Amino acid sequence: MTMMKRDLCFRILARHVKEEIVVATYSSAHDWNAINDRPLNHFSFGAMGLASSHGLGLALGLPHRRIIVLDGDGSLLMNLGSLVTIAAAAPKNLIHFVCQNGSYEANGGHPLPNPEVDFAGIARSAGIRACHTYSDLSAFEAEIGGLLQAEGPIFAVLRIEQGPPYKPDYANLHGPARRAALRAALAAAR
Amino acid sequence: MNITIDATTAERQLTGSSILSAIKAARIEYVLSVPDIVTSHGLLFPIADDPALRLIRVCKEDECLGIAAGLSYGDKRALILIQHTGMLYAMNAIRAVAIEHQQPICMMVGLLEKEPGVAPRESKRHGIRFIEPILDVMGIAHHLIDSEDDIGKIGPAVEGCYKQSRPVVLLIGRRPS
Repeated sequence: MTMMKRDLCFRILARHVKEEIVVATYSSAHDWNAINDRPLNHFSFGAMGLASSHGLGLALGLPHRRIIVLDGDGSLLMNLGSLVTIAAAAPKNLIHFVCQNGSYEANGGHPLPNPEVDFAGIARSAGIRACHTYSDLSAFEAEIGGLLQAEGPIFAVLRIEQGPPYKPDYANLHGPARRAALRAALAAAR
Repeated sequence: MNITIDATTAERQLTGSSILSAIKAARIEYVLSVPDIVTSHGLLFPIADDPALRLIRVCKEDECLGIAAGLSYGDKRALILIQHTGMLYAMNAIRAVAIEHQQPICMMVGLLEKEPGVAPRESKRHGIRFIEPILDVMGIAHHLIDSEDDIGKIGPAVEGCYKQSRPVVLLIGRRPS
């Protein structure tokens, strides 16, 4: 199976993102912030796995705004139950991407217990009807516009290579200031 | 030594309807819950039947932290209704989201098998005895709801949580009728 590079996927995604809130975690958060640093980003750090839950809360709290979650495979494995919760709550404005590289990239690149786990299959079994898997960048580029307009909840796996080492920016992304910036941006938009 | 609650207080049986009225008066719109046998019949079933509240049933307690924080960005207030065992499970999420990220997180926590009339710190069950000291170490405000006389604590606790964007825990000390 061919693999994509996460940063190239995110650069394509960034061309489509306008007023959406993007919830990103760990390696995805660092890549996304490097590509598209904006107040409407929400970074999920400190408790691995909660990105999908943050996304669900934002989707329910802000039903007229689309919420995009950029999750990791190691992270989602820590909160698989959230797929069941999301399916039951069924927010139409939530799209959940999972970057699958089969490793705990932020923790040294160690492999997942099963790097080839079928996340789309799990999400479908959890009750999410719109599930996709992308491993080809041109296919992802061709479909991302429509995907972002479709009714949610949507779940999409991005099969990616392990990224290069990066310098963590936890001081910036983890603290309360970024959350305050998101609140201020939302207040200004009201 | 056991600290016993005053007999006249203990006679005022805690009721789910009073708790329900208090949380609705505090502008709670969402209840996020893993079922807890302490609050199951007296509170969670009535919440599930109340059209003024939206109940989100979650699979694990730490999900609630992310969902409640997310809802707050839309000015939606949430009550996390769980058991103390689940709160212990979710401690890392509480640390990250409620304390370090300074998000408004309001938890109502059933104290499973706490002895009636006994203060939590004096319980013979070590799981109960640990709860208040742990919350103290984490700097999380907490209030014991053990009788109808405690219902008045709920509104100000929720209000403080959301106005100051900090966590609060309401400990349910006995099964509400």
